[in-house]
Amino acid sequence: MLGSTRAEITKLVRRPASWLLLAVAVVLSLTFTYLVPYAGANGTADGAPNATRGIAETLPDQLVGNSIGGLPVFAGAILLILGVLAVGGEYGWGTWKTLLAQGPSRLTVYGAKIAAVALASLVIVLALFAAGAVTSAAIAAAEGAPADWPSIVDVLAGIGAGWLMATMWAGLGVVLAVALRGVALPIGLGLVWLMAVQNLLSAIAAPLLDWVATLQEWLPGPNAGSLAASLGTSTDTPGVATMVGDGHAVAVMAAYVIVFVGIGGLLLRRRDII
Amino acid sequence: MFPVETHELTKRYGHLIAVDKVSLTVRPGEVYGFLGPNGAGKTTTLRMLLGLVRPSSGTIRLLGKGIGQALGDVGALIEGPAFYPYLSGRENLRVLARYAGCPAGRIDIVLDLVDLTDRAGDRYGTYSLGMKQRLGVAAALLKDPKLLILDEPTNGLDPAGMADMRRLIRRLGAAGKTVLLSSHMLGEVQQICDRVGVVSGGRLIAESTVAELRGGARLRVVADPIEEAAARVRALVGQDRVRIEDGALELDIEAGKAAWINAELVSAGIDVSELGVRERELEDVFLELTTTTGGTDVG
Repeated sequence: MLGSTRAEITKLVRRPASWLLLAVAVVLSLTFTYLVPYAGANGTADGAPNATRGIAETLPDQLVGNSIGGLPVFAGAILLILGVLAVGGEYGWGTWKTLLAQGPSRLTVYGAKIAAVALASLVIVLALFAAGAVTSAAIAAAEGAPADWPSIVDVLAGIGAGWLMATMWAGLGVVLAVALRGVALPIGLGLVWLMAVQNLLSAIAAPLLDWVATLQEWLPGPNAGSLAASLGTSTDTPGVATMVGDGHAVAVMAAYVIVFVGIGGLLLRRRDII
Repeated sequence: MFPVETHELTKRYGHLIAVDKVSLTVRPGEVYGFLGPNGAGKTTTLRMLLGLVRPSSGTIRLLGKGIGQALGDVGALIEGPAFYPYLSGRENLRVLARYAGCPAGRIDIVLDLVDLTDRAGDRYGTYSLGMKQRLGVAAALLKDPKLLILDEPTNGLDPAGMADMRRLIRRLGAAGKTVLLSSHMLGEVQQICDRVGVVSGGRLIAESTVAELRGGARLRVVADPIEEAAARVRALVGQDRVRIEDGALELDIEAGKAAWINAELVSAGIDVSELGVRERELEDVFLELTTTTGGTDVG
């Protein structure tokens, strides 16, 4: 298992697409969380999303909420793509047979993949926190504002929550890749859910239909958004709204991780590699 | 203990039977050729041997063990090479060595064996088909396996590459490794295999040494009138040992009887213009077996 995990980590690290996804996640996060509000406060980004948030929202004391704010939707989409690529690539390149012929069992390889994807998810979350810390410190210094950092406990809680959200979306990517045995369709369908269906449900269907509003409390996106809101993310952020308690959100997301990973493992174990 | 032993191995896809009760045995240290037309079920059988496809029924023993326990001693190249295009040849092997749990020192050895050392640092995506194929064989050799399963190993290779690959397979066989090899190239199989199994329509229709399968030599007689000659010879050696092919008689009798046949035909007033001994090629036997047995094309 250790050898297979090292192999999976090597594959992710050496794959240019992994670094591209990390870069896109960081650039998107910095742009919409810090640069647009900062430019808006200076009068150079009128009308842009988040342009009216004000400089106070970009300072170090908002680090936790700002770093995980993208994970319920946009950064979540990046993680979904990462999960799909890590597993779906084996179908696309036909490499399942090559690596399984080396002797490890399917579940050993699958477990190694999950470990590597979870680690990559943590790295992306840490990168979001690190980039946010550097940017907010720079803004505080430039504006002469106080650099009041959140407590280490709050930061660790934020990293943990972000990791859970990130792993959940990556897990969705993994199960879609195994179920659909590829890359393109799982990414397409995953993004349709994350970017379109989820928003339609919360913005249009939930206010009209009670059962959809109740269903929302058990769907992955609203639980991630609720936990992010609780940890300080502005509710102006897409997909972020207080809807359920923290314990509920963490339990539901953990259950989704288990379900996604479990179904993926079951399908991979049962089906022929063709 | 046989390196490969299957008993009534069967794979069904709905109503379609891709592999139908195949019981094959590969003996230790031999190079075994697995032959069959496209869609005969060769690759499905090989995939079942590696646990990639689950049999619908039947059993598989590799090196006397179940597949899961045996794979550590089995190397394979199935249905063409497949690697990560963004990694170099060497990095691909390094990743596979980690899955296999084999020492990194094997990487340079196998690269050298397939003559790929010079290009090992280049990205796999830039390799020619022949280089990809050689990397596939290198990956199969990574574990220094006791049993090597190679599906069409000379696919995509140029004539020199094919000759190198055949030499390598013969060398591996001579070094005591067991090789199970599928191929379309019957001349190749005739050159390097000790025994062959022929599949058609999912069924194993023959399993024998190459020499046995080719059978004894045949006598070819060109005579005029041919029908009269055929009738005369049939009366002498039996109906089923005489065939007319391409305007000549093909006789399933020992070469030593050529003079006797000649004398009999001449004394019957038949002109004999050619008399020769002809050995059957494996290709002839293969075509005979697979066309007379028929069989549907399956996956």
